[in-house]
Amino acid sequence: MEILDNLGLGFETAFTPINLLFAFIGVALGTAVGVLPGIGPTATIAMLLPITFGFEPVTSLIMLAGIYYGAQYGGSTTAILINLPGESSAAVTALDGHQMARQGRAGPALATAALGSFFAGTVGTLALALFAVPISEAALLFGSPEYFSLVVLGLIASIALASGSVLKALAMIVLGLLLGTVGQDLVSGTPRFTFGLRELYSGLNFVSLAVGLFGVAEILRNLEGDITRSVMVQKVKNLWLTKDDFRRIRGPVLRGTGLGTALGVLPGAGHVLASFVSYSVEKRVSKKPQEFGRGAIEGVAAPESANNAAAQTQFVPLLTLGLPVSPIMALLLGAFIIQGIVPGPNVIDEEPELVWGLIASMWIGNFFLVLLNLPLIGLWVKMLTIPYRVLFPAIIAFASIGTYSIALNEFHVYAIAFFGILGYVLIKLGNEPAPLLLGFVLGPLLEEYLRRALIISDGDPSVFVTRPISLVLLLLAAAAFIIAVLPTVRRKREVVFEEED
Amino acid sequence: MNMHGARKDLLAGALFVVFGLAFAITSSTYEVGSALRMGPGYFPLVLGSVLVLLGILIAVKGFVAGDTGELGPVPWKAAVLIVTALLFFGFTVRGLGMVPSLLVTVFLTAMAGRNARVIPAAVVAASLTALSILIFVIVLQLRLPYFGPWLQG
Repeated sequence: MEILDNLGLGFETAFTPINLLFAFIGVALGTAVGVLPGIGPTATIAMLLPITFGFEPVTSLIMLAGIYYGAQYGGSTTAILINLPGESSAAVTALDGHQMARQGRAGPALATAALGSFFAGTVGTLALALFAVPISEAALLFGSPEYFSLVVLGLIASIALASGSVLKALAMIVLGLLLGTVGQDLVSGTPRFTFGLRELYSGLNFVSLAVGLFGVAEILRNLEGDITRSVMVQKVKNLWLTKDDFRRIRGPVLRGTGLGTALGVLPGAGHVLASFVSYSVEKRVSKKPQEFGRGAIEGVAAPESANNAAAQTQFVPLLTLGLPVSPIMALLLGAFIIQGIVPGPNVIDEEPELVWGLIASMWIGNFFLVLLNLPLIGLWVKMLTIPYRVLFPAIIAFASIGTYSIALNEFHVYAIAFFGILGYVLIKLGNEPAPLLLGFVLGPLLEEYLRRALIISDGDPSVFVTRPISLVLLLLAAAAFIIAVLPTVRRKREVVFEEED
Repeated sequence: MNMHGARKDLLAGALFVVFGLAFAITSSTYEVGSALRMGPGYFPLVLGSVLVLLGILIAVKGFVAGDTGELGPVPWKAAVLIVTALLFFGFTVRGLGMVPSLLVTVFLTAMAGRNARVIPAAVVAASLTALSILIFVIVLQLRLPYFGPWLQG
């Protein structure tokens, strides 16, 4: 069994003391930022990217990935205890989880979230391991035209799943693509949009962009109003589930895991979508739908399993195709590139320790998370008492030092301020920041594949529709776009995402 | 029609048009080339034009549809303070060194909070600077001098 060999290699890599340590640090940090409202995993990973330069590639990715799926656990704690989603995908968990907490059942709600997430994380990781090889083998048949169409599909599909106006999301993608062209042209070496600034020759800094968009802009959003939060539950008791609880969550956990595993690979907010869909599925199949919203344990089990499974399978397109489906995956793609690894179908062959070590570390990380989130729950509850007036200066301080230390270049710090203000204005005017970041990361790839494909075809643009795989990918992109603008789908989408606010 | 509500989309559209025009006009000064041999200007020129078009569509749609909600409050003081803090850090980190530069940066940022007061902000600045030194210099061994050449003259 090849898969067993691969996983063996992975566990061997992940079980070295240094990798175990950083998996632990990653998931602990992830839980912390997941618990704290006002700071999310995107900004955290962006801030910590620069300091992982000196690490081994696998160690760096193990830690950064841990922050991401760790935040999924932490987010549910906040949702249950103070009815405020610490992380966007935990919004659904708050519906029934907080009701359970008010009825004195915070313990079982937290236990359900942690155990459901662990089961889902295990299945998601396994699915990732199973699909990684076949998909990357198929992707080896791809040429430049196929990659171009694939990137187009990724970008369009991310609109279909984003909330808000399709036109605005499209404009944000194009703006991101344009910002990605800043710097020296790959083919001719001509500096573009650099205004004579030497610092811009290598392009706008990715970390500055991400920290500005997701860190500074978010701080400004939060400072618009008062942030007050009260922890209702100071002591959490009875962390174990009764036999009846176990019987009730079995079905929801299984269904949530299945849905999350499948929906996670979709571009856009796959894990958010997964938690919403699984919640409505449970409500529909339940014999007592009236209990939902009043503290039904099924309403915690399903979305928590779904979002955690999706968090794992989001890595499938990244590791097999080099295609990020969400801003966080885009950041991890950035981490690969910083380490000198070009993500794509070859990575799994060329860097087996990296890919399998990362996959194995996710399972270990999920195990750490159960330990961190159940016995140590009191610690995280305490963390909720950290006031925001201390938190946001810390974000600015870490962001400045981290970004400056990338190249001891103050220009990158100025860029944070620029993107912070730009991001705030754009968000304020009703634009989601995620498509811009995806466009920025994928822009250079899109241009390169486009130019290469047209050179191969002697300038004949029909190359994109005469090659079958490319044609299928473009048709899928067209279908995703049509679905996104269909009035009935739009209305449903608005309903789904409105509940989130 | 509610003009006030439509403002958000009009402004968003206008912003995209401005960006699109800036990119399109600048890229037309580069070699554009043909579809077969694309010059450095080709890709951004096309995208810039698309962005202008999208911006116009967004503005028109906002104008026709009207209500898209209030703009809400803007934390002007916080925006100015945070931008100043970041610029100050970039400008002085080399000359003053990490400690003084960070102290001022964090203090300015902490003052951006609602109802922020001087003494608590100073305490936050001092503790976060100490924490940053611990994390970045002592644990992660980044080579950032505590005090810079400006203070050693």
